[in-house]
Amino acid sequence: MSTPLPDRAEALGLLARARPERLAELSPDLPPHSLLRGPEVGAVMVQGRQGGTGTPFNLGELTATRCSVRLDCGTVGHGWVQGRDKDHARRAAVLDALLQTERAAALAATVLAPLASDETARREAQARKAGATRVEFFTMVRGEDA
Amino acid sequence: MYVAVKGGERAIDNAHAFLAEARRGDPTVPELTVPQIREQMALAVARVMAEGSLYDADLAALAIKQARGDLIEAIFLIRAYRTTLPRFGSSRPVDTGTMAVVRRVSATFKDVPGGQVLGPTFDYTHRLLDFALAAEGAPPKAPKAETLGPMPRVGEHLDREGLIEPEPAPDPACAPPPPDLTRTPLELPAERALRLQALARGDEGFLLSLAYSSQRGYGRTHPFVGELRIGEVMVEVEIPELGLTIALGSITVTECETVNQFTGSKTQPAQFTRGYGLVMGHSERKAIAMSLVDRALRWQELGEESTGAPVQDAEFVLMHADNIQATGFLEHIKLPHYVDFQSELELVRRLRAAAHDHESKQVPEGQEAAE
Repeated sequence: MSTPLPDRAEALGLLARARPERLAELSPDLPPHSLLRGPEVGAVMVQGRQGGTGTPFNLGELTATRCSVRLDCGTVGHGWVQGRDKDHARRAAVLDALLQTERAAALAATVLAPLASDETARREAQARKAGATRVEFFTMVRGEDA
Repeated sequence: MYVAVKGGERAIDNAHAFLAEARRGDPTVPELTVPQIREQMALAVARVMAEGSLYDADLAALAIKQARGDLIEAIFLIRAYRTTLPRFGSSRPVDTGTMAVVRRVSATFKDVPGGQVLGPTFDYTHRLLDFALAAEGAPPKAPKAETLGPMPRVGEHLDREGLIEPEPAPDPACAPPPPDLTRTPLELPAERALRLQALARGDEGFLLSLAYSSQRGYGRTHPFVGELRIGEVMVEVEIPELGLTIALGSITVTECETVNQFTGSKTQPAQFTRGYGLVMGHSERKAIAMSLVDRALRWQELGEESTGAPVQDAEFVLMHADNIQATGFLEHIKLPHYVDFQSELELVRRLRAAAHDHESKQVPEGQEAAE
């Protein structure tokens, strides 16, 4: 496979931010595994900064779900995802574990790469729509110096 | 004597059944789905997330449906739900400088680097009802152009020349975690970080009125919107079991920075000062109002005089900004107070009887009242 393998944090982020239905579509079958923790729904406090750059303050919370699993081969995986979908967290944890095995390269190509391109495409579409609303100023010259 | 009264169970059950039927409305009209509310009532959803202080669009949409569109009731439902959630931790402070903006305008610099990006705004609409929306039509499509480049902060512009107060980040190694009013009840005096948390979850209407009062002269703020930006930011969280930080999610936030006149003091030359607003979701009016109120509350640290205006009074602002506390205290007075009222009733009757006795004794004898 030619797909470069993202590091673990990057892979976990892609799994976390994926739409649950999309992730299930990309990896419908999960290998046998046991649950070590969760899946458990909770909240993460999101911080902002005063003036955007200064001292941190608490802005509000975000729902999140976490899960830890062990594959039959003994590999442990952790999933932390945005939202309250327990299947999503479990699937992310199993995939995190599988990405520590020899199946990593294959999964990077079939799961992570499509997730990354989905995200890029969605962001680009938003940025292009925003770009179309950028104001192009023109100046009307008037007066004697014109 | 204390008499406990029980009863009303059947009436309450039937009232809830009536509520459920009323919530559904005319059954010949199709039922609203939660995704419909999430997608098409997006700004109501944003308000419920911001003031419920929990970012979850599906939950906020569900709460709006359950509350029949009463947003404060929906916020109440979200606040109640969030208390049931274990706290997994705190994110790193979001970096609004790298926001994927859908809207970014500056009222101070026309040619701001990155440009004026209007985004999906109500500004420049004519505020005429669009009767075409009453009918179903094909989904509209937004035109696309080149993507946007980097969007440096407008504040940086003034910062380079020293024309605005700096906003440096503290050293994370020795900085204490920010105060959290969901863990420790709000106490006064409240540092700016705590005030910003309270304002970020405060009632939009209350902040709007306070900000407006300051513009009309109750407290001195002469703000320009240096920058207003709306878009997605990454929420980065450390996963303790791995010691890794991941971008767990992305959330939409609205940020407003105002630039305010400051004539300087004995120790400081004249420069501009900052007011800051940051709100979860797309919530422009609230972010602007928050930045005005934030600036007004900073009068002491900037060595200004208080004019005694409500917006400068931290206790007045912070203790009344939360609409769930406010509605709880306000609305509880409609619940049974039979015993409290009974005692008041007896008191008033006794006073009247005493006054009557006094009068009937007083008139024939012509004496002056003793008390």
